[in-house]
Amino acid sequence: MADLALTRKLPGERQNLADAAFKLATWFFAVFVLVLLGAVIVALIDGSVEALRRFGPGFVLSEDWNPVKQTFGARAPMVGTLITSAIAMLVGIPISFGIAVFLTQLCPTWARRPLGVGIELLAGIPSIIYGIWGLFVFAPFMQSHIEPFLIDTLGKLPGIGPLFAGPPLGIGMLTAGIILGIMVLPFISSIMRDVFDTVPPMLKESAYGLGCTTWEVMWNVVLPFTRVGVIGGIMLGLGRALGETMAVTFVIGNAHRLSTSLLAPGTTISAALANEFTEAVEDIYQSSLVALGLILFVITLIVLSAAKYMLIRLQSRAGT
Amino acid sequence: MASTVKTLSRALATGALLAGLWSAAQAGDISGAGATFPYPIYAKWAEAYKAKSGIGLNYQSIGSGGGIKQIKSKTVDFGASDMPLEAKELDEAGLMQFPMVMGGVVPVVNVKGVQPGQLKLDGPTLANIYLGKIAKWNDPAITALNAGVSLPDQAIAVVHRSDGSGTTFIFCDYLSKVSPEWKDKVGENTSVEWPVGLGGKGNEGVAALTSRTDGAIGYVEYAYAKQNKMTHTEMKNSDGGYVQPESKAFMASAANADWSKAPGFHLLLTNQPGKDSWPISGATFILMYKQQDKPDTAKQVLEFFDWAYKNGGSLAEGLDYVPMPPKVVELVEGAWKANIKGANGQPVWSGSGS
Repeated sequence: MADLALTRKLPGERQNLADAAFKLATWFFAVFVLVLLGAVIVALIDGSVEALRRFGPGFVLSEDWNPVKQTFGARAPMVGTLITSAIAMLVGIPISFGIAVFLTQLCPTWARRPLGVGIELLAGIPSIIYGIWGLFVFAPFMQSHIEPFLIDTLGKLPGIGPLFAGPPLGIGMLTAGIILGIMVLPFISSIMRDVFDTVPPMLKESAYGLGCTTWEVMWNVVLPFTRVGVIGGIMLGLGRALGETMAVTFVIGNAHRLSTSLLAPGTTISAALANEFTEAVEDIYQSSLVALGLILFVITLIVLSAAKYMLIRLQSRAGT
Repeated sequence: MASTVKTLSRALATGALLAGLWSAAQAGDISGAGATFPYPIYAKWAEAYKAKSGIGLNYQSIGSGGGIKQIKSKTVDFGASDMPLEAKELDEAGLMQFPMVMGGVVPVVNVKGVQPGQLKLDGPTLANIYLGKIAKWNDPAITALNAGVSLPDQAIAVVHRSDGSGTTFIFCDYLSKVSPEWKDKVGENTSVEWPVGLGGKGNEGVAALTSRTDGAIGYVEYAYAKQNKMTHTEMKNSDGGYVQPESKAFMASAANADWSKAPGFHLLLTNQPGKDSWPISGATFILMYKQQDKPDTAKQVLEFFDWAYKNGGSLAEGLDYVPMPPKVVELVEGAWKANIKGANGQPVWSGSGS
């Protein structure tokens, strides 16, 4: 016994040292992220000062983007970013919810794994592949089938008609939004599936015992129980949609214009950056592009903070 | 702890070794950066020249704007740009500029039933399409030029470059020359505020959008249109003749250009006279400092260009570029002798074969 204690003592000391070093290292990594974040913010602000000073608040409000006359405004790419992400959420959330419900509640056990793995693999497809598929397969299909149909039906309705007007080009905000929706599917659905699985069977069994349908169990028991995780998954998807570059660049049409029609070409902040940085020679042009980056950063920050705030409110109301 | 130090020092040593190898690979090579349009031919020339002389060329095709920036910050031996700088800007920066190789920009269309080379367009019509004033393929302005071609009642999908590009500059410069309204509303630059249309990234992006969108019209470099067998159009030139885009039409427009009267070789080949001239032609340019800090490297660079002028013609034609005529080469090399100097004021270039 005594021997054992003695031999243990030395390694114990070394262990303490290692523990301290490990703790310090993890501290360093955590702080490093904050430093990096701060450095990015400083660099973005520093780079965009010239444009913001020259154009003032008009930079955010103006739709003008004219490299010849050197006047720049961020409204078209800003609005484009928000609209395509909104379409992506409209497409992505219901489908993801359906996938997660099927996989956790209705799917025969043998099919769960292959289906789940398949959906997760969707997340591993590089975004440029989505872009190429969008351009060569999906956009022509939109142009020849879906868009003429939308123009003839929804386009004729009063009120929302202008949203679906114009010639069918196949390339535009709607196509970009749908592609984004497909891209965020795996993120949202795999998180939804994971959190749905955490619901205690007893809760669900009790609800079924009371005579609830599957839908009622999902809507009234599973979803309220897992809302934090579900919203987290949606926000992850939204974050990806806001910043996605390559796939959008391929199918959005890259036009610095705002149109009422969702079928018209537009642009997003990240697509504009990817397209124009190489040839932005003049300082004010480059500064305007950096300012676009700053705006995207702010939008993302607002979205994430809003999500956090929503979660906190939900939690306090539920009293958990 | 000791082992950590050992690992660290080993990593550092490896890093230093790699850095050493890197600089060894760099030594003796010449470096340039800029336009993407001439990249294929510069790469081909570099390969052939390396086999002959052992001197390699490290060319980054980052775009004309990037090339101008890099040469101004002296991180490369030469810059390359499709958009020539004005003589005044050259003087301010202490740079000289000369044309290296020429090419053409070709409108391409995707209209059902229209064969390559069948559709005829003139400058004002093309400008009006890109202004959005002509929106349908069966517009009287287009059908008037194309008797016998049946054009559908279909919306025109205008396709342009979404990234900044020398190709866009040449195209817009042409439209500005033939349409006062274009010059007034849009102007010419490597990227402009397009009144209508879809943007594709790079020549390949425009080519893909045009060939995938029914009723589309776009513009690409000639080599792209040819290699992808796209439906190009005939263009009416300033002498009123219709020409097909092909090497001899680009050469015709270059032959009629008078480089000797262009200060700083600032000359645009769009809308040149001559009945066989392709109206949307352009040259791509090289930028170098007049006062060279490293005259030996500058000499190597000029030797490479001299070799390319004299022996690179067939390689250029193979890739559908148009080599500079011998008369222009003579002018350029004379300008080298007169302008590019070392620290002691001696010309870096003393004639070929030196």
